[in-house]
Parts: sequence; C-alpha cells; structure tokens
Amino acid sequence: MEIRLEQLTKVFTDKTGKETRAVDDLTITIPSGKLVGLLGPSGCGKSTTLFMIAGLHKPSGGKIFFGDDDVTKLAPEKRGIGLVFQNYALYPHMTVRQNIMFPLENLNIGRDEATKLVVEMAKLVGIEDQLDKKPAQLSGGQQQRVAIARALVKKPRVLLLDEPLSNLDARLRLQTREEIKRIQRETGITTIFVTHDQEEAMSISDQMVILDYGVQQQMDKPQSMYNKPINLFVAKFLGNPPINIVEGKIVDGKVMIGDNIQVSTRKNAKDGVYDLGIRPEDFRFDPNGFDVDTKDMDHIGRDTMIRFAVGDIVLRALVDSDSVQGQKTIKLSVKEGKTHVFEKETGHVVL
Amino acid sequence: MNDFKHKLKNFLWNVRNTIHVSSVRTSEFFQKHHLGFITRWPGWLKAIFYLLPALTLLAIFTFYPIFNSFLISFYTGYNIQTGEFDGYTFLGNYAVVLQHANFKQAVLNTAIIVFVSVPITIIVGLLIAVALNAIKPLKSFYQTIFFLPYVTNTIAIGLVFAFIFSGNQNTIINPVGLGLANQVISWFGGEPIAWVAAGATYWSAMSVILVYSVWNGLAFKIIVFLAGIQGIDKQYYQSAQIDGASRAKSFTRITVPLISPMIFYILITSVIGSFKTYSSVVAIINKEGLITTGAEGSINLKTIVFYIYDYIGGASLNGVMSYASAAAIILFAIILVFTVIQLQVGKRRVHY
Repeated sequence: MEIRLEQLTKVFTDKTGKETRAVDDLTITIPSGKLVGLLGPSGCGKSTTLFMIAGLHKPSGGKIFFGDDDVTKLAPEKRGIGLVFQNYALYPHMTVRQNIMFPLENLNIGRDEATKLVVEMAKLVGIEDQLDKKPAQLSGGQQQRVAIARALVKKPRVLLLDEPLSNLDARLRLQTREEIKRIQRETGITTIFVTHDQEEAMSISDQMVILDYGVQQQMDKPQSMYNKPINLFVAKFLGNPPINIVEGKIVDGKVMIGDNIQVSTRKNAKDGVYDLGIRPEDFRFDPNGFDVDTKDMDHIGRDTMIRFAVGDIVLRALVDSDSVQGQKTIKLSVKEGKTHVFEKETGHVVL
Repeated sequence: MNDFKHKLKNFLWNVRNTIHVSSVRTSEFFQKHHLGFITRWPGWLKAIFYLLPALTLLAIFTFYPIFNSFLISFYTGYNIQTGEFDGYTFLGNYAVVLQHANFKQAVLNTAIIVFVSVPITIIVGLLIAVALNAIKPLKSFYQTIFFLPYVTNTIAIGLVFAFIFSGNQNTIINPVGLGLANQVISWFGGEPIAWVAAGATYWSAMSVILVYSVWNGLAFKIIVFLAGIQGIDKQYYQSAQIDGASRAKSFTRITVPLISPMIFYILITSVIGSFKTYSSVVAIINKEGLITTGAEGSINLKTIVFYIYDYIGGASLNGVMSYASAAAIILFAIILVFTVIQLQVGKRRVHY
C-alpha cells in the first residue's frame, strides 16, 4: 500500500486566534511495504502528520491517498490502519489477550478465529507466554510488543508508530528496534514511524523524511541523507557527534577555512563566503595537512575525539586512537569530497 | 495599588522569616539547655496531641452514643430521665421491633427507595457526566445547573416539589391551582393525579419520593464521575476509535471499567445514604410520613429512620427507647451486611 500525502497542511488556531502551521504543504510518497521514519526536532509536526494519516486529526488542507483511495475524509476506523501510541495506550483493566482481541471484537469474525489470530500475533511479537497478565505486570518492552500486536492483529493496510522507542531504556531500545524491523519485514506492511532520535531512525528505516517547522527538508535513504545533506538543517540534525559548521570561503576553486587552511577544491562554484560542514569522522592524518594541537582530547575506546580551534571556532575531529598516542601535534586534512558547502543565505547545499 | 501590594508582600515575607528564625532559635535554645525532648517528641505522642480535639468530640457525640444505644437495646423498662432500668433482655426488644407491622412497612419503604433510586441515579449520573464531558460550549453552565441541588436546602426543595406535585381530590375535580406535573399531564390529555395529597395512592406518593431522591442525589455523583472521566487518557478513546469501537462500546468497555473505583465508592455511600432516608420524606410528604386518605386509613411512607424517630418521640414511656435503639442497631446490621456484600463483589469487579 503506497501512501501519498499531497500538499498536506495542518494549522492549529489557539484561543487568541494565533495560527501555528504545524504541517506545511507536505508532499511525500511513501513506497509500499517500506519502513519510513519521520524525523525531526520536537514540535516539527511529525506526530501531527502521523495523526492526520491515522485520521485522528483533520487536515486543514491537502489530501491523503492510500494507494488510489482518497482517505482524507474517511473516519479512522475505515482507513485500515494500526496505530501504536507513544505510551502504548494499553487498556489497563484488560489482560494482554483481551487487549489484543479488542480490535477483533469490532470485526465480523468468529470467536475461535479471533482467539487463533491473537495467539498468532502474540507469537509474532514474542509474548505468547504473557497473554493472561495485565499490562501493568509487563515490562516496558513487553508492553510495547503488546501494543504492536494489537495494532497488527486486524491486518491493517498501514502500521503507524508514534515514538515507539522513547519510553524504553537504552538496551531495550536497541533490541526493540531490531524487533520492529523484523516484524515489519515478516509482515511486509507499509510502516511509518515518528521519532526525534536520529540514530533510531537511521538504523531501522528504509527511507527517512526530515521535517522542520512542518516543512519537509529532505527525503532519502538514511545513509545517502547522511552523506549528502540537502541543507544546513539536515546536516546539523544528523550525526553524533554533530557536524562541524565553520565559515569558509571559496577562492579560485579552493575551499578555504581562514586564510591558509585549504580543505577541498570546488571548480564550479562562485567565489564567496560559505558555511562549510565537515563531519568529525571525515578528518584524516595527512603529512601535508594543517597542524592540530592535541591538548584537548577525549579517548572513547577505538576512537579519539580531538577538539581544536580554528580562529574562534572549536572543531571536533574523530580519529583513530592509536595514531594520536603521545603526540603533541598532528597533521589533519579533510577526506576527499567530504566537505559540504552551504550557501550563507539559504542554507542550501552547493554541489 | 502596586506599591501597596509590594508592601504587603514584603510584610508577609518578613513575618514568615521572623517566625522561621525564632522557631529555629527556640529549638537551638532547647538543645543547648538539655531540653531537646520538648522539640523531639516521639511521633505517636505528637499524633495523639494533634488528634485530641477531634477525638474528644467524636468520643462524646459519636462513639459513646453508638456504644450506649447498643447497650440500651438490651434493657427492659429503661427510663431516659433517670437512666434506671428493670433488667436485661437478650433479644426481647429486637423481637418486638421485628414483629411490628409498621417496622415491616418501614423496611419495605426503605428498600424500595434504595433499590430503585440508587441504580437509577448512578446510571443517569454516569450518562450525564459522559454527556457533560463531551460538550464544550456551556459546559460550566450545565455543571452549575446539575450541581445546584447539592447546595440547596432539602426543605426548600421539598416546597418546590410540593408545588410541582400539588393537587388533591377536590382541586382535581375543580381544576384550580394544580401543580406543574398535573398541568403537563393535562396538556397531553391525561387525567390529573393526586400525587401526595388526599386521594393519593402508595405508588404515586412513592414515585414522587423516588424522583426527588434521584434528582437530589445526581449532583454529587455527576461531579465525582465527571472528575473520573476527565482523568482518563484520551488516547484510550483514540485507540478504540481506530480499532472501530462504537461510542457505546467505548463507554462500556473503557469508561466504565476505568472509573469503576468511583462508581464503587458512589454505590457504597449512596446505598448507605438511601438506607438512612428521612428528610426527603419529611420534605415531600409531611413530618409524620403518613398521607391520610379519609376514613379508610392512611398511606404509610415511613422509612426505618422515621420508625426510630417515632420511638424516640415516645421515649418518655419506660422501655420505648430500647425499641428505638434496637431498630437503630437493626438498621446498622442491614447496612453492614449490604456493605460487606458490595465490598466482596467490588474486589472482583473493580479495577484500581
């Protein structure tokens, strides 16, 4: 089931009549059978988008298509979606079995079949031995699985996950995101999930959409988005430790930081002042590079983070631990083609 | 104005500081002079000290009378003036009370009020609370309307009810000054009814009492249920909606179980309250609880509390107070049994 959003817009009006455009003119196509992450800082409209797809929020403008069906005006229960809420919204007074069976009670199927489906789903998410417990007796990860099972049991066309991992601890998060990916692969259901955690989004999504203030910034595969950010926002948002942003210039096709550090070459760009983005891991040792003082260093296992100043700006470089051992200064340069050049005015990348 | 506010706040700040500093000084002083025990009382002693005023009043006006009425119910020939009595009887007073025809009628009247008005109030209250929760405009206006009976004097409401349900044998034949209820019945082409006056029947009078009990009990229940409903996470309903549950189903499967602690609390308190019905019958019928119907006799609408009060009224006769006490203990026993049953059922049905 392919999902198309066409110029989807949501405007919230508060009591004083002030308007907030939570989602602004969003046009994206979510390919069938893929796991797509909506990513952005809090308040960027990603949950609003999800709830509009679910039908819980009415769009102020634009259209939503599931395949060829226009579902913009359709009630949530008629859309054939499964939604997993951030806090799971499991009914606390029902057992796990009753929780998973709840969506089936509203369908026209027999009790035996429903019971069978519940067990089948519980097996899929790995909670078949917890069926007679109440949600409060389960751990966060198990509750999460119950919520997914409940969303999937009625065989929805689309699965929507709202910040599915934010209530779990770090270890469980890792485990659950693999689990979600597995379940998605096994069922082949088109899945959209919302997160503010870039690592989470990058690790499980087939495609990623980055939103900021309700406006789509970029949609691409996680790795290509990381390697080729379309603008300054995406570049800054992705990556941990974050990308170094430093003011630089292009003179005669040379990309320069300050007056004497050349980091790259750009033949086809106009001379002028630009913002340069260099990821910490894109520095390398180079006898011909610029001198870097190694006073300020953090050893983090395999890698070493060096903080060094260029002019007023502190940059971070992530390098191999072995090579900096006991050296006072080292020479660094930037890997070929890894300098991102952004226009100063618009923040767009210059190719 | 702002200057004044500022000064006032400053003043309060200084007062608070002074109190704090002086209390710290005092306790330091005590510590220094080996008087620390004054500030360091054991917890239980402090607790008793704080509870003492309330405990004293409760002991005098609640615990002692309860205990005493229990004792009195076993006396024979008890004189309330002198406190003298002839002797003891184990169940004699209880037997007298239980065999009394009026007591049986009182139990029946009370039972009807309890078993009809309590379920209706709870169901209607729940529905109104859900409806109130669903509307946005005029919400506080409706809340006020439904809460009014709670703050209105019972006797004042009784007067209004007397007007609404007024009309007796004579005024019905010659329709002058019929009450609101009878006027409405007339508009729809029905026959006016003598609700609570001469010519009334048992059920017409009882139905007025029931209407009153339901309406009067609604206010508090609506407030409690509304508070409970507002505390339910909206996501449960959103989730149910996505799963295709109808509104009725959301109500029975989500709302009711999730506010079952409130429903249970209301059930227990209102069953107890209804068993103790008294003032509503006084307000609607009269302080005898009897409707005289000519020569044939009267309709008896006394509740158990009525029956107890009737005995207390005649307690100048030796031994009658013991009947009143016995009746009160019987009422206590009935309420106890019902409450224990409800608590047992509640253990399985209520989701905390």
